[in-house]
Amino acid sequence: MTLYDIIFYLFAVITIASAFVVVTTRNVIYSGFTLLFTFFGVAGIYVLLGADFLAIVQIMVYVGGILILILFGVMLTNKITDVDIRTGTIHLLPAAIGVGILFGALTSVMVWTDWKTEPVELPITTTYAIGKELLTNYVLIFELLGILLLVVLIGAASIARSDKE
Amino acid sequence: MTESVLSTLSLIILFLPLLGFTVVILLGKRFPKLYLFEVAILTIAFILSVVVMYSKLAYYLNSDIISSFNWITIGAAPLAGVINIELGIKIDNVTVIMLFVVNLISMLVHIFSIEYMHGDQRYTRYFANLGLFTFSMLGIVLTHNLLMMYIFWELVGLSSYLLIGHWYEKKSAADAAKKAFIVNRIGDIGMFIGILILFTHYKTFTFDTIFAQISQGNIPFNSEAWLTAAGILVFMGAVGKSAQFPLHVWLPDAMEGPTPVSALIHAATMVAAGVYLVTRIFVMLTADAMLVIAVVGAFTSLVAATIALTQNDIKKVLAYSTVSQLGYMIMSLGVGAYVFAFFHLVTHAFFKACLFLGAGSVIHAMHHEQDIRNMGGLRKKLPLTYATFLISTIAISGIPLTSGFLSKDGILAGTLAFGKLTGHWLIPIMGFTVAAMTAFYMFRLVIMTFHGEPRDHHKYDHAHESPWVMVGPLVVLAALSIFIWYTPNPLSPDAGWFMKEWVKTPSTVVPESSRFEFMQSASHETEVHGEVVHSPLYTETMHWAHYPAMGMSILLAGLGILFAFLFYQWKKINADNLATKIKPLYNFSLNKWYLDEAYDATAISGTLNFSKILSWFDNKIVDGAVNGAAWLGRFISSLSGLFDTFVVDGLVNFTAFFSGFIGLAFRKLQTGKVQTYIVFVVFAVIILLLFFKPF
Amino acid sequence: MAQVGLTHFLVVSSILFSLGIYGIITRKNAVMVLMGIELILNSANINFVAFSKYGNLGINGQIVALFVIVLAAAEAAIALAIVLNIYKTYANVNVDEIDHLKD
Repeated sequence: MTLYDIIFYLFAVITIASAFVVVTTRNVIYSGFTLLFTFFGVAGIYVLLGADFLAIVQIMVYVGGILILILFGVMLTNKITDVDIRTGTIHLLPAAIGVGILFGALTSVMVWTDWKTEPVELPITTTYAIGKELLTNYVLIFELLGILLLVVLIGAASIARSDKE
Repeated sequence: MTESVLSTLSLIILFLPLLGFTVVILLGKRFPKLYLFEVAILTIAFILSVVVMYSKLAYYLNSDIISSFNWITIGAAPLAGVINIELGIKIDNVTVIMLFVVNLISMLVHIFSIEYMHGDQRYTRYFANLGLFTFSMLGIVLTHNLLMMYIFWELVGLSSYLLIGHWYEKKSAADAAKKAFIVNRIGDIGMFIGILILFTHYKTFTFDTIFAQISQGNIPFNSEAWLTAAGILVFMGAVGKSAQFPLHVWLPDAMEGPTPVSALIHAATMVAAGVYLVTRIFVMLTADAMLVIAVVGAFTSLVAATIALTQNDIKKVLAYSTVSQLGYMIMSLGVGAYVFAFFHLVTHAFFKACLFLGAGSVIHAMHHEQDIRNMGGLRKKLPLTYATFLISTIAISGIPLTSGFLSKDGILAGTLAFGKLTGHWLIPIMGFTVAAMTAFYMFRLVIMTFHGEPRDHHKYDHAHESPWVMVGPLVVLAALSIFIWYTPNPLSPDAGWFMKEWVKTPSTVVPESSRFEFMQSASHETEVHGEVVHSPLYTETMHWAHYPAMGMSILLAGLGILFAFLFYQWKKINADNLATKIKPLYNFSLNKWYLDEAYDATAISGTLNFSKILSWFDNKIVDGAVNGAAWLGRFISSLSGLFDTFVVDGLVNFTAFFSGFIGLAFRKLQTGKVQTYIVFVVFAVIILLLFFKPF
Repeated sequence: MAQVGLTHFLVVSSILFSLGIYGIITRKNAVMVLMGIELILNSANINFVAFSKYGNLGINGQIVALFVIVLAAAEAAIALAIVLNIYKTYANVNVDEIDHLKD
């Protein structure tokens, strides 16, 4: 049990536990805020995997952007003046069975497959490597993503616009 | 004039009237004047028949001309082998004389009818029917085999039906036509059976072949009884057609037809067809058959003469007189006097046709009055008609200087000879009795119609002599009733060419054991004076009988005429008182011996009842079966309908219900919720994983 | 327990994935469905990065994970805009009541 393992288990537990809370709690606000912990947990796992740039991006984009958006969505679409915002659930039993089997199948695949592991030497800081790749091999995708974000910006604004006509 | 030309001419004569009939019947409605075409055709036919008769009697006096062709060959008839059915014509002296007679009288009747039937609504069709009749009669005359004879026999019956029922709106006319046809048919049954007996044994219909076979000893089924039966059965046809007892009942009723029709058919030609048939089969008649024929003929003439004594309709008197004279002819054939029978046929045709046409002239002048009790004194108004009528009456009564005397005298001599040779004396007794009665009732007719004072002044005043179109034929026929055409000696027919040269008694072919011994057979030819005659026994007897017969017949005729004058002209004896004194006899005679009533009560009622039974059978059982079948059909179809409604439709409905049910069930899948679909996706992925088992 | 290796990370990712699916299926509120979607995306990202380190993806795994994050952001923006629209039309955002595809 090295330190690496302990920290891994810690972050894994945080992530899984908060994810579990996200999907089971009836309270929308609780669900939203617990998602925050899930993202943090995932960022920690990224660090453990040596993806430092990615971890920071995760926190910045997910937590700083997407989570805020989700919280805004929650607040704008529920009668927030109620003290306790509860939502219902559906399809509990079939979902549980199906998901359980799916999980069983996936996990068994992952565990019993003999992965060919060739540990690759990752750079210590991945920022430089990522940047270099982005602007050489993946430059097209990079540019397209920019355009995509522009389109999303315009689109989201136009969809959410209230029609005053 | 070769033989083939003669046969061709005869065929032309045969088919000319048929052409006339076809043309007039098809185009008559559009061209009403076409009746003249028919009359012209008959004139041509008559002229041709004169030519034929002259040629035959001048050049081919002693030979027969036969022209035939093979109509049907039955190759493999069971039990019989090859059968050839021939059709053809036979021209011998009897044939050509008959051709002359038939065509002459037909032509004269055509001419007479132009005026008599003027204004009739079916004028052209009348002429067409006359043409059809002439064609059929000529067919009977010319045929050389029994099959063709039978075909034309029936055609003549049909033509008679059409002509008797010419005014078919009158119920009595339509009934009379039916009666004629049906009664003829009854006779034809016998004739047909007789023909079949002959055909079955000899496998042919031709006269000459059959007679040759018989003369060689080949008789039907090797028994004389069958030969007699065949002869009598074929004679049955003559009984029907020539109105012999008991099938004579149609002839008086046939007077419903127009008078020229009566003249043509029921006096001169069609009724003579029966006599002609017997002359054709004369050679194959056995002694028993001949006796039957003689008795039937004699009895018929007696019955008819008694009825004619009391009739008051001018045409009915003539009708019964015809029946009586036909009886004479048949009787004559039965006693073996072949030539006299045929001679009488010819002379009777002329004077009877003249009598009927004369009656037609009287009826026409008196505006369709037919009862002689309303006539009288017409000789001043209708002189020519009276003259010809009187000449014909003298002929029929058997007064010398007429043709009728010659033929009747011969017949009576024949019966006398027969009586002496065979001991059957009743036949000559009947013959002589009838001679007296004939003279009586014919002169009664003349006196009541033409002599004395008119009894119906209104009609008498309007009467006038008929035009030449009607009187001309009367003159011609009366002229032919004089002796001169037949023999130079008015008292002896033997001296004349008619008897000596033209018509000869044919030799009988019947085997010796079954014929009268006086009948000459082909194997006993005796040449006397260069001609074939009867056996010496017969010739002797005839010579013995000749003068007594002549004397008695003149005497009896004179008696008859005397009584007629006593009763009606000089009114010495009151006819009505006499009638009241012998009322039962008088009624018996007036009502035609109640024969029609007798037939009605027996045969007709029997047939009607039988047909009622059959009709019941048909209604109840046959129709019942049909209705039952229909009910069964409907029942089965209703069952099938039930099956269809419940099972088939049920199946269809169930299918619809089932798909609806499934649809309803599956509809629950369409929840519209995306999450449900995601669940399905998950399950699908699981299943895929299970299939491919990557783990 | 053995040394933490590739398998452990993969197991974590699969747990997250299953939970995400569960969230999508069971939640009525549209925003909570979105949260489930984010969870799934995150689990995929963990998978990529784990293979980037232990497999033979190299830096490419992380680049792809970066792209996934960008796309997740874009998609979340649009999704929330739509949810707002739904809220305007229906006055609630329960996905099980937006079932006009039914029948």
